[in-house]
Amino acid sequence: MAVLNEEQEMLRDMARDWATNESPVTEFRKVRAAGNPQAYNADAYAAMAEMGWAGVIIPEEHGGSDFGFMSAGLVLEELGKTLTASPLLATTIAASAIVLGGSDEQKARWLPKLASGETVATLAVDEGAKHDPSAIAASVSGGKLTGTKAFVHEAHGADLFVVAATDGLYLVEKGDGVTLTSRALADQRSHADVAFDGAPADKLEGGGDSLLDDVLDRARVLTAAEMLGMAQQVFDTTLDYLKQRVQFNQVLATFQALQHRMADLFADLAQMRSAVEGGLQAIDGGFGVARAASIAKAEANRVLHTISNQGIQLHGGIGMTDEYDVGFYLKRARVLEASWGSSGYLKDRFATLAGY
Amino acid sequence: MATQLEPDVKAEEDAFREEVQQFLAKHFPPELKGKGSALAGVDGPTNESALQKAWREAVGERGWGTPTWPRQYGGGGLTKRQARIIDQEFAKVGAYNPIGGMGVMMFGPTLLEYGSEEQKMEHIPPICRGEIRWCQGYSEPNAGSDLANLQTFAEDKGDHYIVNGQKTWTSGGQWADKCFAIVRTDKSDKHRGISFMLIDMDAPGVEVRPITMISGTSPFCETFFTDVKVPKENLVGEEGQGWTIGKRLLQHERTNISGGGRLASMMAHSLGEIAKKYGETNEAGELADAVLRDKVADFEIRWNSFLLTARRAVEESKAQGGVSEISSVLKKLGTKLSQERSELLIEIRGLQGLGWEGEEFSKGELDAVRGWLFGKATTIYGGSTEIQNNIIAKRVLGMLDHQ
Repeated sequence: MAVLNEEQEMLRDMARDWATNESPVTEFRKVRAAGNPQAYNADAYAAMAEMGWAGVIIPEEHGGSDFGFMSAGLVLEELGKTLTASPLLATTIAASAIVLGGSDEQKARWLPKLASGETVATLAVDEGAKHDPSAIAASVSGGKLTGTKAFVHEAHGADLFVVAATDGLYLVEKGDGVTLTSRALADQRSHADVAFDGAPADKLEGGGDSLLDDVLDRARVLTAAEMLGMAQQVFDTTLDYLKQRVQFNQVLATFQALQHRMADLFADLAQMRSAVEGGLQAIDGGFGVARAASIAKAEANRVLHTISNQGIQLHGGIGMTDEYDVGFYLKRARVLEASWGSSGYLKDRFATLAGY
Repeated sequence: MATQLEPDVKAEEDAFREEVQQFLAKHFPPELKGKGSALAGVDGPTNESALQKAWREAVGERGWGTPTWPRQYGGGGLTKRQARIIDQEFAKVGAYNPIGGMGVMMFGPTLLEYGSEEQKMEHIPPICRGEIRWCQGYSEPNAGSDLANLQTFAEDKGDHYIVNGQKTWTSGGQWADKCFAIVRTDKSDKHRGISFMLIDMDAPGVEVRPITMISGTSPFCETFFTDVKVPKENLVGEEGQGWTIGKRLLQHERTNISGGGRLASMMAHSLGEIAKKYGETNEAGELADAVLRDKVADFEIRWNSFLLTARRAVEESKAQGGVSEISSVLKKLGTKLSQERSELLIEIRGLQGLGWEGEEFSKGELDAVRGWLFGKATTIYGGSTEIQNNIIAKRVLGMLDHQ
């Protein structure tokens, strides 16, 4: 794990304590059982915002702490470990769009509310099942946005949508002209197709021509941070299981075939951590972000895919049961893998950036 | 995150940087730009030119080839930060570090930790000056991955030992002056019966036979010891402490095999760029072979992620102190990735990438073929991948011994 400063260590420890004590996977089970399409506990999100987590990347003058993306990643990693259902990831991504592209007025209006947790926001880019920012049809005419966005994360709880249209990113508030159609996915979190039918839209004029790409890179890296926590947790849980489960009168951990598989996964996990932290550091440092983000999400996709599958296999039959947590990670893993760029998409992007 | 330097520290460093620049201007012959050290490799005799010799002596005299080693033993006595400045300034003018080989990478750091004052005074300065080539006497025909099974026996004769036995895979044994070896001094205890000692390769009774490898080269040897006399002062540490010392040395070896500069420089050329030279491109300037393009990108992403991991290991070990246990992970990943790269390079070049000899092939192509074959050894030597997996599983993950 990256060498942290004191402030980051405190933040990480606080997030770890809270996730472990206040938001274990049993809390996700409660959210799931409640069947509310919003799919998170509003009190829990208020508590997170209270601790300052919604404002980690928001400048101090707008109510945030401006701790940076490495710090945001630390929190998301801890929450990923316990599958905490919250709109923190979506809101942080949306906030990054306003920080990068918002006018002073837009920043002053929205960032304090995002930082305080009063407003939940999300980014809406893709219009089909696969991530493809080059295929955007939604358009704005006379300040009204029309088009449909597919599988928008945390749409049910969102008060504010950051929407990609043909000529840039727009802020659209929940309300007139905004219609949600739920799309229940395997991870049982909030997803919906969002139809905008002449909805009032406020353009993010700043950030230059690369604003959408820059925001998507932040989405990729922050998502990869949640995935890192998930991978770490599946690995740790699986290792614990192998150390206590007895078969053939022997603890499973003593079998060399399983030891070597765990060594492989451990090495993969080390690579994933370096790639994700590298992405977070690149954003904070402001250099090579596009490349680092491709590496971070591609490695996160690859390693979490493997670890989530191996987590089930190594647990044997018990891993197949709903009663056991490991399956939840598998389902959430695939949703995040498909979001903001599959492995194929990211490899193509990496090759294009490298000039081949 | 970069640490802000105090102004006086900054001034000192600038002064040092200037000192290095002046040294390079005075001593580094431009003719040697881009060349490598004749001594660093184990794959050939030294064949040092007069220019190379003068460069080696100039660097050795300052101890800058081993910059962080203590000054009293011939090292540079410098800080890590200063060592990095030397690296940077050398790189700027295309100068290589002429001081290298196993003495620098493995034996020196181990002797500094475990050797007696006399041993350090005797053996470290010639390493710092690049005058002595060391080889490693570890593996035996029946003690490869099961290294502690070694049988070479050193019989105690009072003021000296008499050594009998056979070592194998002695890298560069035919060109080495001295050998650091682990040998058995007690047959009744597998691990505690092992001692670490230094053997002159020209001592009577030492015989070396090069082994021809699948790559066509002979950097490895079989080494036979027949009644070789080794003075007691050549024992490093206590008798029976050899396993502990030997393992410590292997940590240095692993770090060097996996994360070393050689590997990084080998990877400096993007496979994507090479593929564009050998293959078709489409109107967008991309590789037309979409499958190959995907494979290359997949590899390059994992390779970059590996470099980030190596960097992270350095930062973590600096912050926490000590050798990172991640060294096994780096060895395992680095060697696998370099093998994958060699295979991809062949795929990119087709049969033009499989030339054995002849002017129809470029030097780069021929080197790549030999490198591809020789590189198969990297997952076997220095503790095979399987051994690294055992180390990770048991020492890092706490999985118990298998039966």
